[in-house]
Amino acid sequence: MRPLTPARIVATCGLLCGVLFVVVVFSLRMGAYPISLHNIVITLFRGAIGQRDEVPPDFWLVVFGLRLPRIALGILVGAALATAGAGFQALLRNPLADPYVLGLASGAALGAMLSLMVAPHTAGVIQAGAFIGAAATTGAVYFLGRRGGQLDSPTLLLAGIISASFLSAGIVFLSTTLSSRDQRGMGFWLMGDLATPPSVDLKWLYFILLVTLGCIYTTSSDLNLILTGEQEAGHLGVNVYRVKMVVYVAGSLLTGLAVSVGGTIGYVGLLVPHMMRLLFGTDYRLLIPTSAIGGGIIIVLADTLARTVVAPTELPVGAMTALAGAPVFIYLMKRRVR
Amino acid sequence: MISGASNGATLESRPQPFAVNPGMRLRVEQASYAYAATDRSAPKFTLGPTSFEAQQRELLAILGPNASGKSTLLKLLAGVLKPLSGRIEVDGNEVGDLDMRVRAQRIALVQQESELLFPLRVWEYVLQGRYPYGRRLRFESAEDCLLAGNALSQVGADELRDRWMERLSGGEKQRVILARALAQQPALLLLDEPTQHLDIGGKVELLRRLRRLADENKYAVIVVTHELNLAAEFSDRIVLLHKGKSLRIGTPAEVYERELLEEVFQAPLEVEMRPSGRPRVILRGNH
Repeated sequence: MRPLTPARIVATCGLLCGVLFVVVVFSLRMGAYPISLHNIVITLFRGAIGQRDEVPPDFWLVVFGLRLPRIALGILVGAALATAGAGFQALLRNPLADPYVLGLASGAALGAMLSLMVAPHTAGVIQAGAFIGAAATTGAVYFLGRRGGQLDSPTLLLAGIISASFLSAGIVFLSTTLSSRDQRGMGFWLMGDLATPPSVDLKWLYFILLVTLGCIYTTSSDLNLILTGEQEAGHLGVNVYRVKMVVYVAGSLLTGLAVSVGGTIGYVGLLVPHMMRLLFGTDYRLLIPTSAIGGGIIIVLADTLARTVVAPTELPVGAMTALAGAPVFIYLMKRRVR
Repeated sequence: MISGASNGATLESRPQPFAVNPGMRLRVEQASYAYAATDRSAPKFTLGPTSFEAQQRELLAILGPNASGKSTLLKLLAGVLKPLSGRIEVDGNEVGDLDMRVRAQRIALVQQESELLFPLRVWEYVLQGRYPYGRRLRFESAEDCLLAGNALSQVGADELRDRWMERLSGGEKQRVILARALAQQPALLLLDEPTQHLDIGGKVELLRRLRRLADENKYAVIVVTHELNLAAEFSDRIVLLHKGKSLRIGTPAEVYERELLEEVFQAPLEVEMRPSGRPRVILRGNH
């Protein structure tokens, strides 16, 4: 028996943070303006200790003005989507659950667009609209996915896919009326894109992310038991209803947060938790933090590829994650049905 | 090395981990329940007022044909359902009013297991039985591991410890599920048709084990079953249910009456009394 210890969680997360740092430096290096690794590290170091005057203004602009904010946004979006995916997989008792596959991301995008039409210039309104859209879609898919009073895996997935295509049609329709008011195009809401900086300060978005991650983390040992059976978890003393409500609200918040600043980026919530399960096991006390960091790593990598492979044009980051994620989805589905 | 050795010594010198429930008593008083499609419609199924008691070291069987209310009664005992009228008490506390974790420390319920979503090792599964004793997020202690290991030993499943749950045979899985219930250190152990997927050897082995657990761990064990002969052989008392009514409660010899069993189970039966004082039921031939 090797029960999970806090030390192992800290060590694993530390290792992943190291990987994230390497990926971030790599991403800072890539792009149209050439800048050497050496100079990136020096610029980062000088920035960290507050010696802005020592850095050439070009380097400062490229690293702190352009590339780092985009990377920070990517980490935020990746962490939110991956954790939401891990949470929904437990909540819906379905290994194929993902905010994109289930249509929740589309619901969030539609909610965000509607809120833009109602109150175009209010700070935070996109986030609020996206949260409400995600929560409403989660509720709808949850009830549509039931059969004989029980969640049914194929029905749930079909309900999600139908919702996603219905809501996407709504997005296409709305984006024709919205384009004059908001600079974000249809591609942003359908495929995801990290090129546009958010209208809200990143600090606040990170604050919401960390608080929500904390909330979802408090349920992690309960989720372990719910994964082996809801009724059994109840007999072992888990307040199943309370846990599901926490995961439902937190998962919707995370989805809304990610979609409001990154559009609908798919499959991260599916890909990352499964990678982390393969690497570190299924215990949610370890899976939630590793998924959050892993989500950041994957999105930063995907976005770096998206903005460099076809330079000088850019691909939507959602296209990159879908290229990697869809085959994984099919693999998992095949393995499950067998 | 030295600290490891002393740790082992302190763990071993602790009192027997499973002998912690002095004098538990289950009292069921006129408990009833009704299922209805909606709040206003007539009930689809009713469990009439039922009364009995169970004590530590007792093995009680709830017996009856399908749809007789066996599982409903068991859910009432587990506190999953609240009785419509009457009371169900463990040591004087109403089961339905107990805090969920406290309830899980006193009552363990073994059901047909749900499908596992992700692969899990046997020891991880059994450690889940320690959940009621931890606060949120608490990590398992050395004592939890010791108790989980003891639970596995008690069901003779030491060698399964590192196996994957989904690779176990039906009988092995049943033992591991039982081990998780033992890790809860309950006073009352409830089992819902535990013999369903076992062959005859497995059934006898399981009931022997339950009999021994009732004696050694001082549990009150309540088993829902429709195995007439196994119940007669291993249980102290029997609650016979039929169409939501408790027809008779008593020792196997008191309950097993030919006319009664024939009416309840709708089959031509014969009841023999064996020298041990326990009855045996056989199917009556046509000739």
